[in-house]
Amino acid sequence: MATYESATSRLARLLTMVPWLLNRQGIDLASAAAELGVSEAQVVDDLELLFVCGLPGHYPDDLIDARWEDGRVFVSNADTISRPLRLTRDEALALIVALRALADTPGLTQHDAIDRALAKLEAAAGESASTAAAVSVDLEQPLDPDLAASLRDALARARRVHLRYTVASRDETTERDVDPIRVVGVDGRWYLEGWCHRAEGVRLFRLDRVEELRVLDVDGTPPADLPPRELGAGVYRAAPEDLVVTLHLEPGSAWIAETVPVERVDRRDDGSLEVVLRVADPAWLRRLVWRQAGQVRVLAPAELVVGVGAGAAEAVAGHTQSGRLD
Amino acid sequence: MAKARPQSSEPKGPSPAAAKTERLLNLVIALLATRQPLSKARIREAVPDYRSGNDEAFERMFERDKDELRALGIPLRTEPVDPFFDDELGYRIDEREYALPQIDLAPDEVAVVGLAARAWSQASLAGPAAQALRKLDAAGLVRDEASVAGIEPLLHTREPAFEPVRDAVLSRTPISFDYRGAGGAGLTTRRLEPWGLTSWHGRWYVTGHDLDREAPRVFRLDRMVGLPRTSGRRGGFTVPADHDPTAMIRRTYGDDAETTTTVRLLVREGAASSLRRRATPADHPAPAGWDALGLDVHGVTSVVPEICAAGPDVRVVDPPEVRDAVVAALTAVVRAHGGSPR
Repeated sequence: MATYESATSRLARLLTMVPWLLNRQGIDLASAAAELGVSEAQVVDDLELLFVCGLPGHYPDDLIDARWEDGRVFVSNADTISRPLRLTRDEALALIVALRALADTPGLTQHDAIDRALAKLEAAAGESASTAAAVSVDLEQPLDPDLAASLRDALARARRVHLRYTVASRDETTERDVDPIRVVGVDGRWYLEGWCHRAEGVRLFRLDRVEELRVLDVDGTPPADLPPRELGAGVYRAAPEDLVVTLHLEPGSAWIAETVPVERVDRRDDGSLEVVLRVADPAWLRRLVWRQAGQVRVLAPAELVVGVGAGAAEAVAGHTQSGRLD
Repeated sequence: MAKARPQSSEPKGPSPAAAKTERLLNLVIALLATRQPLSKARIREAVPDYRSGNDEAFERMFERDKDELRALGIPLRTEPVDPFFDDELGYRIDEREYALPQIDLAPDEVAVVGLAARAWSQASLAGPAAQALRKLDAAGLVRDEASVAGIEPLLHTREPAFEPVRDAVLSRTPISFDYRGAGGAGLTTRRLEPWGLTSWHGRWYVTGHDLDREAPRVFRLDRMVGLPRTSGRRGGFTVPADHDPTAMIRRTYGDDAETTTTVRLLVREGAASSLRRRATPADHPAPAGWDALGLDVHGVTSVVPEICAAGPDVRVVDPPEVRDAVVAALTAVVRAHGGSPR
């Protein structure tokens, strides 16, 4: 395993692994490792450990029979631990919190299944279920039912879709054809991830900015072997050709460093930050800075400093003039 | 069937950590297998690792092991060895308390539980979520993935404070933390009885009773500096029965849904699509090349940054408080970039 695993964490993992393997006699080592989320070497280590454990007495017949032969895994003689341990607090929390969030999300079609699954898990988790109420996720942004239905249809039949879409950074409406990969909810918003024929690359489209979506009668299978996209850092992704920008963030806007992929952060004594980030589109950055009421200052490159300041000055001037318009 | 030891290239003794896992597993099996509570003496015979060392070393080791098993959620019972004489205590694990009850999930239910587990795949609870799924799926469930195909909500827990706050909320333990207020306010140390942990608009918030302000307060986890510390005993407070975290967050950070205001705007033709989509045509006068639009908003605070983001493509006609707020915010941007407003 990549990270250090304590003796007790490993025990908890083994107590889950044994019932799982008991029901999958002869599973091949590689699939077992993949589905158990560990390396093949770890599975072998685990089997070796199980092999020397068992009922008091520890005669051969008392011990767990754990073997791997010709790349296949067999576990038997482990009746006492043939059922998994009850869900732990965090396990129950993870499933129940996420299911409750799904249950409250309009636009998903499987609400009936969510409610049934939730009722069963809450019953099984007992006290952990009521504790889980203290943690909640409000996905907030509803998934538009018509849009969701069209996308589900396009995904199920591998059809291409045509979008009329607002590009926020340039604040303009574009038309494009997209081969859908998935619909994903990140940071409280829903996105369509797909192969965009206009950009010739994988792009994320915010569903609340889709003005119109048509399912086309054209094959929409995205190109094979697309690199899997990690959304762990949010939906932005930097590219080497992006503009390198240095920003000064006042403490009140320091959170920005958490939401965009910064390459470097220097913290000052007064709590302000200096961050370096890559920006694909200067228009996006201008809008970000304008929003922040002077809490964010562009330090470099110089032409962007000038552009941001001049745009804001023009906006202020426009307001003082428009007073005389009517 | 003959036992064949798994082949390993060279014989090696277990590492100390592996020896401990082995000991704990043998202990769990022994305590599950017995109907009568096992005395310490019998436990010592039953688990090979306990046999070495003196009595005192065994006692210490067993006490620690017991605590660690309980911390994992294993229900280890302490009962008299003989029900008629309670002078000697023994230990056992009741299989009915230990085992996950059989949960029969229908194929579409399995699919949504999988979706729920995957929602954490890039967040703090990824491990527990996957483990929970393996437990439920121990006997091999039939799943109907088609029903959820392609739709994946993902949860994030980028804030380092997530785990300590989660623990404090679940165990109802007061915490203290250093907090950076909004709008450039300095760092203050806050003490809180945390009632709820909520993700709203993609950010995590903790709601609770602020012990210094003596009032309910909301805090953003991404504004905590360093990690929160526990500052009281577990179960040290009760959460009000009518606590509604989302409503409290919305009152603090969001829009007050009670009042609706119409903001009248001039928008440059073809620009500011995102504002335009939520606005409706209005009939106030507009110069050539500009459109007159009205935008209904709940409260006025949240619309100001949106208007500012459009820069010179949007002008606020009224109400004056929105217009003044936009001018003030953009003037601050001009000053920050070394200019003075024209």
